[in-house]
Amino acid sequence: MKVIEKESLIGKRIAKLDAPEKASGKTRYVHDLDLSGQLYARILRSTRVHARIKRIDVSRARALPGVHAVLTAADVPYQRPLGIGKDQLPLKGDKVRSRRDEIAAVAAESEAVANAALALIDVEYEDLPPLTDPAEALMPGAPVIHDEKMPPQAPHESLKPGEPGDAEAHRHNVAMTFDYAQGDVAVGEAESDVIVDDWFRLHYVTHCCMGVSGVIAEFDPSGNLTLYSNTQVPFLHKREFAEILGMDPGRIRIIQPPIGGGFGSKLDIYPFEPICVFLAKATDRPVKLVFSREEEFVASPTRQPVLLRLRSGAKKDGTLTFRVCETLHDNGAYTSWGATTPFVMMQTISSLYRVPHCKYHTTAVYTNNPYAGSFRGYGNLQATFAVEQQMDKLAEALGIDPLDMRLKNAQDPGETTPQGMHFKTCGLKDCLTQATAASHWREKHRAAIAAQKAPTRYKRGVGVASMLHVGGGAKIYPSDGCGTILKIDDFAHVTLITGASEIGQGSETVLAQLVCEELGIPLDAVTVVNNDTDITPWDVGVHASRTTFIGGNSAIGAARKAKAKILAAAAKVTGLPEAGLELRAGHIVRTESGEALMNLAKLLRSLHFSDKADLVMTTHYYEPPSHHQDKAFKGDVSAAYAWATQVVEVEVDTETGVVRLVKVTGAHDVGRVLNRLGIEGQIEGGIVMGQGYAMTEELIVQDGIVRNPGFRDYKLVTAPEIPEMDIHFIETMDGEGPQGAKGVGEAPAICVAAATANAICNATGVRIYELPFTPENVYRALVAARAEKAAE
Amino acid sequence: MSLKREIGFVLNGIRTRATVPVEMSTLAMLREIVGLTGTKYACGEGECGACTIIVDGLSTCACLMFAVDCEERTLTTIEGLVRDPVGEKLEQAFVDCGAVQCGFCTPGMVVQAKHLLETHPHPTRAEIERGIEGNLCRCTGYVKIIDAIEKASRNGAQGGPR
Repeated sequence: MKVIEKESLIGKRIAKLDAPEKASGKTRYVHDLDLSGQLYARILRSTRVHARIKRIDVSRARALPGVHAVLTAADVPYQRPLGIGKDQLPLKGDKVRSRRDEIAAVAAESEAVANAALALIDVEYEDLPPLTDPAEALMPGAPVIHDEKMPPQAPHESLKPGEPGDAEAHRHNVAMTFDYAQGDVAVGEAESDVIVDDWFRLHYVTHCCMGVSGVIAEFDPSGNLTLYSNTQVPFLHKREFAEILGMDPGRIRIIQPPIGGGFGSKLDIYPFEPICVFLAKATDRPVKLVFSREEEFVASPTRQPVLLRLRSGAKKDGTLTFRVCETLHDNGAYTSWGATTPFVMMQTISSLYRVPHCKYHTTAVYTNNPYAGSFRGYGNLQATFAVEQQMDKLAEALGIDPLDMRLKNAQDPGETTPQGMHFKTCGLKDCLTQATAASHWREKHRAAIAAQKAPTRYKRGVGVASMLHVGGGAKIYPSDGCGTILKIDDFAHVTLITGASEIGQGSETVLAQLVCEELGIPLDAVTVVNNDTDITPWDVGVHASRTTFIGGNSAIGAARKAKAKILAAAAKVTGLPEAGLELRAGHIVRTESGEALMNLAKLLRSLHFSDKADLVMTTHYYEPPSHHQDKAFKGDVSAAYAWATQVVEVEVDTETGVVRLVKVTGAHDVGRVLNRLGIEGQIEGGIVMGQGYAMTEELIVQDGIVRNPGFRDYKLVTAPEIPEMDIHFIETMDGEGPQGAKGVGEAPAICVAAATANAICNATGVRIYELPFTPENVYRALVAARAEKAAE
Repeated sequence: MSLKREIGFVLNGIRTRATVPVEMSTLAMLREIVGLTGTKYACGEGECGACTIIVDGLSTCACLMFAVDCEERTLTTIEGLVRDPVGEKLEQAFVDCGAVQCGFCTPGMVVQAKHLLETHPHPTRAEIERGIEGNLCRCTGYVKIIDAIEKASRNGAQGGPR
């Protein structure tokens, strides 16, 4: 008797399915694809920050040999507004509002010819007063940035609860506003024994995907459009492209070649994409448009810069009483996802810790600056930076240990917050305890305070910060679902066709693992198809740390249906009850003994080549049990919530302001570890991205102009600068999660800046409210603090 | 029309001839004329390492080198590491250690690691970090890349006389 033991892939270190191809340089990204007959496109961008376009002369460009088309707004009267705010046309005709603005586009036989053509386009501007400070843009009498009449438009579906600015608001340069309240702040203030009130300034950073933006557009003779696109939301974009282009969405096919980094940057449609389509239409040829790195810095989105005022109160025993948060979002010239980061920011304000009374307000203001999109963490880095610094400040004012202060106010499993978020699982207290114990936080924190006044040049300190983020999708669209089609061939090889996109995070490997777990087949018996809207079923997109949770549950659903069909057939053939059968290692086995009864492939063939002639093919659509927020922003928006605590240890050179990240200790409530190798990689990468945000990265925008559009002057973290990382997993086994897992993609980047701020303060006694902690900024803060002390 | 020149060089062990515009970079020549796309463009100014290749035994950013300067030189790209014993071990270690996420920096990283192991067969972790400091990665946080190079070195992926 052949016995097969039950084996599981869950929690193992599984190499990514796409890694061999990528490690050998054989993966073809959009940059590496060429279609026969393809033309190359380049875009002419504004040289002014804010100006009327008096005249565009493209005649010399059109006359250049090798040029197939030169388009301006006048050539595409059918173009429609795009993006979250629907407040810009792809090609700008009468006015430019930022330096990235698209004025003309060329399709030519080579990039060199396209570039030469751009140089031949004459544009005459009439400068308008630039507005690059959001506070000034709100002043009465400020120049109006959006005074135009847009063609009629459907508002963006996801924005129903928010308040997108109308024409009247636009006259005051207000793009969007957000207001949220719970309890009664006046009551909270009256109950407070201590109140802290601070301003925080969060800077511009940008995604820096290693693969620059790019797209190829091609029409077939019947007028069907194929886009080779890096988008993170192919199905939403089908519909949006159709609106912008005035096409039937059913005639648009989006193919996603492997994507060279996403991090949220590819959640919106940007002007270059429809422009490439216009050129393909005008030339009847496939057109490829790829950014230069400089263009990527100038014309792709940023993280939302925020000016944030936070007031928080607590009672003597450390119980939080209230929070009031007001933010000014520099919206830039157009509205993209950055403006909507309050969706997430207010969750951290209201629900990371228990706060009975809260008030939150955001005004997103039009300026002539670059505009922000979504970026891993989606406003949470900014909100957590403020909240977690004030947790330390309140603790200090009350003479309470900062860790005890956090534990006292931490959420527990089972709670529903006043904002309506229901924490079915919640590992926050375990995260706090584990991260601080593993890093010896208490001892180090005390020792650092004792050493603050010592005349040593190098000072060590530790800081702690926690975070709350959606971990089971986020229902901001009418559906937060994902579809799966699963088929098994005559040789027990599974093709998993999923709507869930891979952007490097490893989702296709995790989805394959989950299917293997159900069907008892080896990993190499699964092929994942996830990149073609003509083939794959609908999915809302790869965002909000949702793919493992939503795509995973969808894949499991399809696999379970297949398994049920197989076991029913096996029961018939063997005459044994279905309940006593299982699938293991490509065989039908008796569950109890593990006795192998039949080869799975053989059973499948017997189903196929019988008089009933049946194939095993299943579909499943998973919609998480979450809810839309109401107009007051209340509701259980995710099916699960992720938690984490990170402790950062720093060494500060008090003579130069150089801060070294010595060690990051993280404890993450991930529900359950599915692929240990993959989840470690997500967390390590997230921590280093958080380190860049905290320490080195800054997109310098002066007078509306990006001054450092290159890796020479925009400093990404390099290998020798990474901290030691000690990562712990808190497995809360979420009841709704696939095999108990929750989302983790964004979580690791969120706490680093906040914990670093607390660590620098612990080391030096100086609290810094602005990012980044570059040597210059830290040195200035230390010197200012010394001067203040001397003046006392 | 730009001035063109015909040049000859050894690419991944094969004698190769190419006609290139004089202003063309080696990166553009590899991708557009030779047709090998494993070498990536990510900055075009030698700051990111995504286009790292080995020229006469030295690792180089292909974006910084004129194609005409390849004349009579020996070039190795990621495609040339397929049957290279060091390259094979590195690629396998990158897969096994989880050193690949989006994968865009990976070819340059593997080529740089090959050069590192050729010159430092038994690097410490600190030496590996210094060895790849010119190669940017936005996904992994570098830990698993360092693990992979260390593992390949332990598995005998050393260069030098074999």
